[in-house]
Amino acid sequence: MDHSAAAAQQQPKKRIAQRTATEELAKRIRRHAVRMTNLGGSSHVGSVLSMADIVAVLYGGIMRIDPRNPTQPNRDRFILSKGHAGAGIYAALAESGFFPIEWLERHCADGSVLSGHVSHRGVPGVELSTGSLGHGLPVGAGMAYGAKLDDASRRVFVLLSDGECDEGSTWEAVMFSAHHRLDNLIAIVDYNKIQSLGPVAETLALEPFADKWKAFGWSVIELDGHDHNELYTNLSGLPKTAGKPTCVLAHTVKGKGVSFMERSVLWHYRTPRGSEYDEALNELISDE
Amino acid sequence: MRDNFVRQLSELARSDPRIFLMTADLGFRVLDGYAADFPKQYLNVGIAEQNMIGLATGLALDGRVVFTYSIGNFSTLRCLEQIRNDACYHNANVKVVAVGGGFSYGPLGISHHATEDLSIMRALPDMTVVAPGDQWETREATRQLVETKGTCYLRLDKSSAPATARAGEVFSIGKARKVREGADITLAATGGILGAALEAADSLVEQGIACRVLSVHTIKPFDTEAIIRACRETGGIVTVEEHTIDGGLGSLVAETCLEAGVTPQFFRRIGLRAGFSSKVGSQEYLRHEYGMDAASIAKAVAELISARSPKFSLRRAK
Repeated sequence: MDHSAAAAQQQPKKRIAQRTATEELAKRIRRHAVRMTNLGGSSHVGSVLSMADIVAVLYGGIMRIDPRNPTQPNRDRFILSKGHAGAGIYAALAESGFFPIEWLERHCADGSVLSGHVSHRGVPGVELSTGSLGHGLPVGAGMAYGAKLDDASRRVFVLLSDGECDEGSTWEAVMFSAHHRLDNLIAIVDYNKIQSLGPVAETLALEPFADKWKAFGWSVIELDGHDHNELYTNLSGLPKTAGKPTCVLAHTVKGKGVSFMERSVLWHYRTPRGSEYDEALNELISDE
Repeated sequence: MRDNFVRQLSELARSDPRIFLMTADLGFRVLDGYAADFPKQYLNVGIAEQNMIGLATGLALDGRVVFTYSIGNFSTLRCLEQIRNDACYHNANVKVVAVGGGFSYGPLGISHHATEDLSIMRALPDMTVVAPGDQWETREATRQLVETKGTCYLRLDKSSAPATARAGEVFSIGKARKVREGADITLAATGGILGAALEAADSLVEQGIACRVLSVHTIKPFDTEAIIRACRETGGIVTVEEHTIDGGLGSLVAETCLEAGVTPQFFRRIGLRAGFSSKVGSQEYLRHEYGMDAASIAKAVAELISARSPKFSLRRAK
């Protein structure tokens, strides 16, 4: 992991420039997400807004990927296990140059390949189609196990929702990854504390969440999932512990960036329309 | 079939490092030899079938050909959505293997009776579904599945028909095999119950009924042509499967004929009609109990023919 060690020791000035760039990317992802969910009449906009900073730091500064060669064998792999936030990944991929930004206008449109839940067919850069929860970590573990067998340096980043930690299949993969010492696997949980019908704590409590991951043999980092400095520094220093997979519990705010969407169950499913749409975009633009 | 599958896979794994075998903690003593010979191409993932299909997909997307091994419904139904979304949709080279098709594990009860797997697996897009009828077909199918792109399902049976291959015969996934010629009726069978179909055909000779017997080892892609030919060249079709009659081989034949505008003079689906097979017993016992052993097949064919064809009712009356 020479690469990440070197990245962690970058000069402060370069780190600040990096941070500014990923913050700018996160803003663009948020704006795309609001436009795309409006155009597509789809939603999960709150889920995209909560993960936008994590995605921006991964695509903008951490992952070794090449939009000109999206299938290069030793690239880092990214899996969006919370597939309902597909708009955020399409936006990140378009902004990173995997396909033209104009494609985003076709999100959820008739005949489009950009489905609401992320799909790989016809979309360069998408590693795995998801949409049913609890699928991403098992596949990610398989990719990480394969990289170990091949003695390859590629890493696998899986972004999960807190809600999908209700799924048993997620924990099957959690056990497997620790048992096989997959320190090339990083599970990032977008811990926004709200699932589909209500607060996580009232639906099926996850706490003590970090302790659960630790007890299962993972190395755990807790951080503010909107702080680019924290994200960048921590994700540059992977693996946290040699021989252990890393879990990043990213504390986030659902709907982050649009005041009336923040911490709201409503905006898991609601499509931004009319004045709400204008207001949301205004907030995201005036933020500059 | 299970042992022949493992033997064949071992042979292949020796020269093909892409081959990888995963088990969800089943295969006591069956997989030991393979595991010892190919430690880097083998993994027991624990009792976690959903995770197994996910892992297999992850490995397959990076170039491996992964066989996932378990028994009965654990291979398929327990992780159906992973097979659909992860393996099939990504055309991942995951070969799902179920040992114990039909009533192979008869005494163990309905949890272990695999009687809906064929119809459910064949409903999945971009999926290949194979149920060999004898040991030769098992070895050939195993070999060819490695070269068949995408996700496949291999259903292995405890029972097996006696060797049916002719010298120099070539096996092809997707091509039904004519293992016996006859003009009065066609018995189309899938899986090890092919043996019962052949036995029934033998006994029917004594009644002057000549059966064509097809081994329909591949359910998907389906050999439409062989079925249409059977309709045209023989009196009718009786399908035989150790499986529910809902959506399996019998349904496939009916769909095929109707869509092609070809009507067999006789048609009957032999398979499980009783709902849950809640009785227990050996595979042979359950076949008899549910009307799909050789004697039941022969009886059904004779009745069908005598009811519809005066020629045979006259002959039988003598």
